[in-house]
Amino acid sequence: MSQIETFYDVMRRQGITRRSFMKYCSLTAAALGLGPSFVPKIAHAMETKPRTPVIWVHGLECTCCSESFIRSAHPLAKDVVLSMISLDYDDTLMAAAGHAAEAAFEETIEKYKGNYILAVEGNPPLNEDGMFCITGGKPFVEKLRHAAKDAKAIISWGACASYGCVQAAAPNPTQATPVHKVITDKPIIKVPGCPPIAEVMTGVITYMLTFDRMPELDRQGRPAMFYSQRIHDKCYRRPHFDAGQFVEQWDDEAARKGYCLYKMGCKGPTTYNACSTVRWNEGVSFPIQSGHGCIGCSEDGFWDQHGFYERVTGIKQFGIEATADQIGFATTAVVGGAVAVHAAASALKRAQKKTEEA
Amino acid sequence: MRKITDERIYEPKVRPEEMLEASRLTGDATLEDLESIRRRTSVYVYEAPVRIWHWVNALCITILCVTGYLIGAPLPSMEFSEATNQFVMGYMRFAHFAAGTVLSIGFLARIYWAFVGNSHARQMFYVPIFNLRYWKEFIFELKWYMFLEEEPKKYIGHNPLAHMAMFTFITLGITFMMITGWALYAEGAGQGSLPDTLFGWVLGLVQNSQRLHTLHHLGMWSIVVFAIIHIYAAIREDVMSRQSMVSTMISGHRTFKDDRIE
Repeated sequence: MSQIETFYDVMRRQGITRRSFMKYCSLTAAALGLGPSFVPKIAHAMETKPRTPVIWVHGLECTCCSESFIRSAHPLAKDVVLSMISLDYDDTLMAAAGHAAEAAFEETIEKYKGNYILAVEGNPPLNEDGMFCITGGKPFVEKLRHAAKDAKAIISWGACASYGCVQAAAPNPTQATPVHKVITDKPIIKVPGCPPIAEVMTGVITYMLTFDRMPELDRQGRPAMFYSQRIHDKCYRRPHFDAGQFVEQWDDEAARKGYCLYKMGCKGPTTYNACSTVRWNEGVSFPIQSGHGCIGCSEDGFWDQHGFYERVTGIKQFGIEATADQIGFATTAVVGGAVAVHAAASALKRAQKKTEEA
Repeated sequence: MRKITDERIYEPKVRPEEMLEASRLTGDATLEDLESIRRRTSVYVYEAPVRIWHWVNALCITILCVTGYLIGAPLPSMEFSEATNQFVMGYMRFAHFAAGTVLSIGFLARIYWAFVGNSHARQMFYVPIFNLRYWKEFIFELKWYMFLEEEPKKYIGHNPLAHMAMFTFITLGITFMMITGWALYAEGAGQGSLPDTLFGWVLGLVQNSQRLHTLHHLGMWSIVVFAIIHIYAAIREDVMSRQSMVSTMISGHRTFKDDRIE
């Protein structure tokens, strides 16, 4: 594969100076949580290693992952990231269309058998033999299986590919299924989020390229460097949580003062992502900083956890929408009432028995 | 060894007029009372570690339910100081975690005592579900609670109904709460920490931490419901059953109100 250009070649060709290139390498190392000693390693990898061929397929999705990806923050990244990988097939970004695109797809699979990375955005619907998502005249699930067969590894971009997202929300009529439940024989790395943070996406790819292996994954198969802590753990409003200072209404004084959004249903305490550290749009802000609670978009089944503005999850199994607290209070009231009635009956019976004995 | 005969057991060691003299003189005893206390004695059921565990557990559960509920639905926002000097949720969570740790260690100690303690210390950990007689007695006790039986039976340890409730809500329930609780604690302790190594797999199982919170929350309510029934039943049994209940939790002795053999 020596005929493929290295990243460095591509970058230089695009007029990027070596100084900027080194800057990019050190920023990437910092983003990945690596020490300064890794900067030359990253630079070396980029200078010498052939670009990794990537096939990027789209199933049931909204393309927000791609939108996020192409906005990767560091100024260099937007020029480089798409050149960093050899993106041989991506039906939304590539110039080719129709039969030419499909030909490129087959060609890439043939050429880099067992060496390419399959990036999946969206997921396949399995109901009605996959007919709810047709790409290139065939159900997407077939395309996914075909491309996955010879892939080295699979990246599940976003909540769709990782967990199913909105199309898999109850009752999931199309039976939209996350990638890891369809492809079970390949290493899969989940990069959840709706969409995932751009720097997280590029960071994962850079890591895989630099070290020639998957980053360390947590129990749910997400890269530990970005998903090992909750939003809440690193939230700049955390001191207000610990102090017991909460926003009670969207327009109250506490909201203006930037208190904790816990009571407004912020899902920060249950959401694993890097938003509170990496932030969005070149590190400008993230939802909580903008005054809105986290909706937990990088969590499994986040659409089915009741309202975005409620703290306690709804439980559908109870027919009506109820939360654990409502069920708890209701059960406690019923049991308490039953106990009171039973106590009264017991007292009556005892009195009756005493009268009989007397 | 001296042969023990019936005559020997019932042979009074004191003269009749000296019998239970203190009770007669200072204990407000009637003749019937004396006749009764001569015959009825108690069984030592719950040894000290079991009793201490029971009350420590009760205290922990109370703290855990109150603080746990208030962590899920915090008190109204308060501002009596700068956030730096105010630590309401911090103390709340500390109390919850501290009580949770004490409860967990207590539960492990209780399991240990099931091995080294007397036979009654083991009852809570096992329900004889394959014993037909157990179910017959279970139904009998259920009927007693439904006012369908005239008189309950005598029990040394838990009655069959209480036995089942104890096993379900305490043995299984507390285990469930400990596992989910430590799994939630592991989230804050971080990956690679001891709680994470031991209980991190739970989050992997339910995937979304929000779900884990809900399960833990429902577990709390099941214990609240249990506590209501438990306290009511203990007081009711103390009044209406044929043996002691509340005092047994303190002294460990089960005393009986009659000496009939059925």
